[in-house]
Amino acid sequence: MTYANPRVPESNAIEIHGFTRGAFILRSALAVGAVYGTGAVGTFVGQAVAQDGESGGDAEILNFALSLEYLEADFYRQALELDLSAEAAALATRLGAHERDHIAALIDLIDVVGGTPTREPTFSFPITDEASFLELAQTLEETGVSAYNGAAPSIESPEILAAAGQIVQIEARHAADIRVALGQPTAPKPFDESLEMAPVLEAVQPFIKA
Amino acid sequence: MEELDRDPSSRKRFLSMVGGAGTATVFATFLAACGGGSDDDEGSTAGGDSGADPTANPAGGAAATREPNPDPKEGTTDLEILGYALSLEQLEAAFYADVIESGLFTGADLGTIKQFGEDEQDHLELLEATIKKLGGEVPAAPKTKFPLTSQAGVLKLASELENGGAAAYLGQANRIRSKEVLAAALSIHTVEARHAATLNSLAGLPPEPQGAFAVPASMEQILTFVQRFIVP
Repeated sequence: MTYANPRVPESNAIEIHGFTRGAFILRSALAVGAVYGTGAVGTFVGQAVAQDGESGGDAEILNFALSLEYLEADFYRQALELDLSAEAAALATRLGAHERDHIAALIDLIDVVGGTPTREPTFSFPITDEASFLELAQTLEETGVSAYNGAAPSIESPEILAAAGQIVQIEARHAADIRVALGQPTAPKPFDESLEMAPVLEAVQPFIKA
Repeated sequence: MEELDRDPSSRKRFLSMVGGAGTATVFATFLAACGGGSDDDEGSTAGGDSGADPTANPAGGAAATREPNPDPKEGTTDLEILGYALSLEQLEAAFYADVIESGLFTGADLGTIKQFGEDEQDHLELLEATIKKLGGEVPAAPKTKFPLTSQAGVLKLASELENGGAAAYLGQANRIRSKEVLAAALSIHTVEARHAATLNSLAGLPPEPQGAFAVPASMEQILTFVQRFIVP
């Protein structure tokens, strides 16, 4: 289940990351090891390999997405404990509800492909007020968009790909909503970037407590 | 709209679509529709109804209820999908050019409109380059005409076009065969989503009118919607 490094389209406007599925699993396993402690890696890799035969690894990508949705949902939950303006609180409430719906859907989809949903870690975020909330919200939502866009081409099932698309479009809308709140351009680039799993997991590592 | 945003059945609807999201359309339908009148109105809710807005609630359309397609990639080539996407980008780019020329907007809103117009131009150029690279022919831009009479009306129309654009890309994503073309389409899809959310906010509409899961639109649904802007 590997594919050749894809050719980059003539336009350099978009960057496309190619990787073999083996490297994909290894890198994410290493990153998850860094997050959860090396003890978790063995189980993670074993699970990934077991799933690879049956589902072609879509469960891995779904679990990666699930990790990000856990993070986002808990971020908005914690943000609502801050002293926010009515507008910011409404934003955190609405976006948080969407992320919780994404969690439930991803858990169902992981079940459909025969995988095991990853457990929810405990998170801690450096947010103290509305400004720090919005700033980190922007980072997290932008990362979410790039993470889904980066992982989606490796999804094998057309049904799972469609589902991921339905979620990433909402993440992109969230990114725009937060940029509206910050008074920033909502579509700063004509093409959204894509990120591989490993750098995403590294980027979110500081927020994971246990 | 507000209700949809909190619709508890949203996830159920979403999950019911997994496995049935593929549409059976072929590009020929697109060409037929552009020629004036489609003989396949299965995907539209009401011909000529200006409220037949694929952007607001296409979940009620055929895409959600159609029999699951065993292979959603069957029948449509990447070149056909690219041509369809290019036509939509040509339409959007023409729209923004007309809006700028209308003089209805100034200041920050005009800045946003210009930026979005440039984005569509960039999308269009990448799609053209990709079509050429795959050995296809770049379709000519359709002749268009948009009702531009008031700021509020234009913002509403812009929001419909962008929500439709996002839904159109979403509807094709899992029918694309090439990973490179898919990656390109996805990188455009989320920018269309940003445009849609922004314009919804400017038009006083909810930025995520469909709640937690965006709803894809079929080619028929989109063509029914855009046909009114195409001058034969």
